[in-house]
Amino acid sequence: MDLFFDTLFNGMAIGSVLVLAALGLAVVFGLMGVINMAHGELMMIGAYTTFVVQNLVKNGPLEFLFPIYILVAIPIAFLVSGLVGLLLEKTVIRRLYGRPLETLLATWGVSLILQQFVRSVSTAFALGLVLAVAVGLLVPRLLPARWGRQRWAPLLDLGRWLLAALLGIGLASLLGGVRVLDQPWFSARNIDVTAPRWLRGSIDLGALNMPVARLFILALTALALLAVVWFLQKSVWGMRIRAVTQNRAMSDCLGIPTERVDALTFLVGSGLAGVAGVAVTLLGSVGPNLGGNYIVDCFMVVVLGGVGKLLGTVVAALGIGILSYVIGSGSLLLVWPAMPSALNALVSFFATTSMAKVLVFALIVLFLQFRPAGLFPQKGRMVEA
Amino acid sequence: MTTSQTATLQISGLNVFYGESHILRDVDLSVQPGQMVCLIGRNGVGKTTLLKTVIGLLRQRSGSVQLLEQEVSSLPPHRRARGGIGYVPQGREIIPQLSVRENLLLGLEALPGGLGRNRHIDPVVFELFPILETFLARRGGDLSGGQQQQLAIARALLGKPKLLLLDEPTEGIQPSVVLDIERAVRRIIDTTGISVLLVEQHLHFVRQADWYYAMQKGGVVASGPTGELSKAVVDRFLSV
Repeated sequence: MDLFFDTLFNGMAIGSVLVLAALGLAVVFGLMGVINMAHGELMMIGAYTTFVVQNLVKNGPLEFLFPIYILVAIPIAFLVSGLVGLLLEKTVIRRLYGRPLETLLATWGVSLILQQFVRSVSTAFALGLVLAVAVGLLVPRLLPARWGRQRWAPLLDLGRWLLAALLGIGLASLLGGVRVLDQPWFSARNIDVTAPRWLRGSIDLGALNMPVARLFILALTALALLAVVWFLQKSVWGMRIRAVTQNRAMSDCLGIPTERVDALTFLVGSGLAGVAGVAVTLLGSVGPNLGGNYIVDCFMVVVLGGVGKLLGTVVAALGIGILSYVIGSGSLLLVWPAMPSALNALVSFFATTSMAKVLVFALIVLFLQFRPAGLFPQKGRMVEA
Repeated sequence: MTTSQTATLQISGLNVFYGESHILRDVDLSVQPGQMVCLIGRNGVGKTTLLKTVIGLLRQRSGSVQLLEQEVSSLPPHRRARGGIGYVPQGREIIPQLSVRENLLLGLEALPGGLGRNRHIDPVVFELFPILETFLARRGGDLSGGQQQQLAIARALLGKPKLLLLDEPTEGIQPSVVLDIERAVRRIIDTTGISVLLVEQHLHFVRQADWYYAMQKGGVVASGPTGELSKAVVDRFLSV
């Protein structure tokens, strides 16, 4: 019995991180059908936001906030990741709706840019970037409006972004001469977030040992899930989102501002990735490559659960979590010690984290051969563009 | 027809293309306040295309669409809906996974302030279509074709449009419901004074309209009061 609860808790602990990580993707990919390869990097941004919040709070006048800085970091990470996602939607994804392959490539490119960004960003770099964007966006306002309507207007656009890039690079390298400004904010090394004391340690329940951080993530996941369900089912914007995902053209004809719905959906999905990023910092040190570790798992969870179904996402993530733990810990051997030696060898062969992952993915692939629409397929007439 | 009055809808010189094929050719048409105008013509002459261009799902290559003397031809559909165009498309386009109540609530989006400010479903739509009140909690996609049609009309009405676009509201619907719908549309016009632009094949329904435009090969070829619809015109444009 202890073994059962032990497996259940540890599996749920692995699964709840997956739920949280995949929840945002379930919104973005499941509801909007956008393949966002940069979703993992939005998590990474959430993790770095937590790090920044921690450092701001740790040594300074706000030190009294340190015990609850994680709670403060959650909404901030939601906002930061959400706004980065919104920017991504407005600049890149907006132009690629209905073209999944291009979306995949473009967002993958964005994910690489974001990874390198956190590695190399310094004050000089950031100021140069701000200058470049400001110049690029402001130049057209300063030029006569009729220039924009000329046949050579695209050349003008190219020219202004070239000018903006040159100015930005110029400023960055100029300021880069100053040691203080050239210091990278994070560098390529992993960062560590120190959990406040109440999140360390564990609670013992009989033979079961439950780390508090894991319990916190479980609670956070449950809360995030409730919030998303409430938002989609009860709020006005949630209803608009559901209408647009089911019938975009008709929703438009009814007076729903579809572009704003898209932007908001993307913001919420990205923000959830940020919250997942906060949770991940509690599990160990995080680095610029954090996203890569989660993105495949997230897509697996959403596809396995059935695209567009939140319940499917939850069940799939918890299922994968429990399965990973059962295989990875080799606890089958404890249940059945007198296993034939061939089977015993097989079980112990897969009893490592990475081999367990291989087996779980193989099982998922096998499952999808028989149920291509996942655990909870959409029933009835599907309205899919 | 008088032109001194402000037309609810004024279309002039409208040309619409699907890719390179020319669908609507120099269409001129107007709908006066409180008037019910019917578009007739055989399949594939561009009637549905015309309605889609009025609501904004399709963009014209040239020409203008004016709603109450406001040029709307460059606005997206949701801005036109908020400007006072209610659209009941062919095939109804009910949001399938949303309940009947939610589908009706979406009709309120066209009102000023949208759903954020308006949560009240005017019971008048239940007077017109009592079946909707019984099925409020059902999913829209589970209704029959006739019920979905009634839902689509009710949904459009809740936005209090000045112009209602109805695309073949009686297509594929059992005769008893057709009569219900006809009666409801007539009653809507008489009580609210809104204008209706209707695409219809049933002669009985066509006769309820005040004015007709007959289309052929993407252009308007004849128009007049429906009272003057001669047998020759009907045979030429209405038989499917």
